[in-house]
Amino acid sequence: MTKIFVSLDMAAKAMGADKVAAAFAKEAAARGLDVQIVRNGSRGLLWLEPLVEVETPEGRIGYGNVAAKDVPALIDAGLLQGGAHASRIGLVEEHPYWKRQNRITFKRCGITDPLCLADYEAHDGGKGLARAFSMSPAECVAEVTKSGLRGRGGAGFPTGIKWKTVADTPATQRYVVVNADEGDSGTFADRMIMEGDPFALIEGMTICGYAVGASKGYIYLRSEYPQTAQVFGKAIERARAAGWLGPKVRGSEFAFDVELRIGAGAYVCGEETSLLESLEGKRGIVRAKPPFPAIAGLFDKPTVVNNVLSIATIPMIFELGAQHYADCGVGRSRGTMPLQIAGNVKHGGLCEVDFGLTLGEIVNDIGGGTLTGRPVRAVQCGGPLGAYVPVKDFDLVFDYEAFAKRDALIGHGGLVVFDDTADMLQMARFGMEFCAIESCGKCTPCRIGSTRGVETIDKIKAGENVEANIALVEDLCNTMKLGSLCALGGFAPYPVLSALRHFPEDFRKKSMPAAAE
Amino acid sequence: MSGSAAWDSARAQEIIDAHLGLEGPAMPILHALQHEFGYVPEAAVPQLAASLNVSRAEMHGVVSFYHDFRREPAGRHVLKLCRAESCQSLGSEKLAKEFLERHKLDWHHTSPDGALTVEAVYCLGLCAHSPAALYDGEPIGCVDAGKLDEIVAEAKSQ
Repeated sequence: MTKIFVSLDMAAKAMGADKVAAAFAKEAAARGLDVQIVRNGSRGLLWLEPLVEVETPEGRIGYGNVAAKDVPALIDAGLLQGGAHASRIGLVEEHPYWKRQNRITFKRCGITDPLCLADYEAHDGGKGLARAFSMSPAECVAEVTKSGLRGRGGAGFPTGIKWKTVADTPATQRYVVVNADEGDSGTFADRMIMEGDPFALIEGMTICGYAVGASKGYIYLRSEYPQTAQVFGKAIERARAAGWLGPKVRGSEFAFDVELRIGAGAYVCGEETSLLESLEGKRGIVRAKPPFPAIAGLFDKPTVVNNVLSIATIPMIFELGAQHYADCGVGRSRGTMPLQIAGNVKHGGLCEVDFGLTLGEIVNDIGGGTLTGRPVRAVQCGGPLGAYVPVKDFDLVFDYEAFAKRDALIGHGGLVVFDDTADMLQMARFGMEFCAIESCGKCTPCRIGSTRGVETIDKIKAGENVEANIALVEDLCNTMKLGSLCALGGFAPYPVLSALRHFPEDFRKKSMPAAAE
Repeated sequence: MSGSAAWDSARAQEIIDAHLGLEGPAMPILHALQHEFGYVPEAAVPQLAASLNVSRAEMHGVVSFYHDFRREPAGRHVLKLCRAESCQSLGSEKLAKEFLERHKLDWHHTSPDGALTVEAVYCLGLCAHSPAALYDGEPIGCVDAGKLDEIVAEAKSQ
């Protein structure tokens, strides 16, 4: 029997993977071929989706950008034996995009059947949990601290310290909450791991629950990912049925269960306190901190709120040992980062590498430059609240501190590439507009400031008192940065200020002829 | 895809009661009501408030806070077009503007024949295939004018 892999990832489906899988099933039945079609996660070589892989004695051979109508011809060309065809990319694991990666969090993603626990175990799934169970909860927390793992949601707070705070806060009930409200444009790593290796997230949550003394976990998933909810919901059911969740996790005395909750289209619910309010069934209004959720979180109980990637990395830290993870990376950015390369880029996808590459290497070498073939103008790093970085700063090293030094942020690891046709005034305006749409309304700088920001940028666009209005926008940004309650209002100024600083010509189009006269 | 059952207070109560064992059940209930009726009818708000022992004003606050909860039924089909940065980098704004003009549609409005509601969405996580869209829950990558016109034709035919 020959195994054919066609991804069930939402991005692969968006390019027709379901039709491709159906076409293979139909052709195989018609020709009496002995094939098994596995719906794997995505390898992350997203520009090649739908990517079809076939298992051969040499390894898995890939065929990129396959359309359903190509399937009969591909089989005729000997796809089942890895035969030659224009779309053949050779051994997927020898592909330069794959080969340069250091896959830790995404170790299994794209390789296994994401909903098959036997496959999960055959690829080391469960080893991390077994090791955690052999240690005391306090030792588990110490292991996470030692790994140097920092919150992958964007803030980069040391995960081990958060866990220790939760574990040390006296309580009758504690919670593990996974933030899967991946709202930043240019990011899709949470989605990919939840579709491509969901048991890793469940295992990570279980280890976290054991380490901090929590018996209940929630995953707060955004509603914009309906297919992710389906896959992950199935994974929870299967994990529960197989005893990976429940009153005796894997035959131990530890009880733990998880519940998937779906958001309702509010970007601000990616902010941890707003997310907790939403989980409690309230408006997603940001809470003032302190108290931090680690002390008083969900229903006022000590709560670990971690991003999907942070938690999905936990089983690997336990499997490989904290030191192995800490040995990767640079400076205080330890381990690996699943980069998400998106927007106007030739080789868009997910690429997990050690911290420490330069932005230029990521965009040009890995991403292959723009899709349109035009010169790169700017890269927005870290989502709608992240700075626009110009090409002259492509020496910037991918590291939390290096980015912060230049008023930029890594955020959740998303990079959106723009070519030289991008209008940076328009992008700055959108930054403010988005903040106005998504503001929870609790604090004035964010609620009112974002609307005033849009209005003032419109005046600049119209050529009205340009210099005075630019000064006003800068002053407004400063107020928002320093006076907002959470990162939405506090970081919305970053794209605006970076656009103003690096692309001043886009803000002075109307006033320039007048000044020249 | 959401259902379109006619409002039925007894059925709504069954849905509410089925979720009361959950911690913080409001959001799952609202999703379930919308799934059943296609929107969250005004009559559901006081009923849910009473069941959760909160004020009607508080419940209204919750329903109105979230973009997803509809206050009136959508068209037979729903197209969500992404307007976030990644899609903008490949011309989503121009594409959407021309599309809406061509078919006399508007953001967050339903076509007069009730066939199609068009909504803005800010990121579908399909950013390596921008511009992206979601049609009745099915993802579509590398959207162009041709794909959008096909969707309109399909929506109007069913």
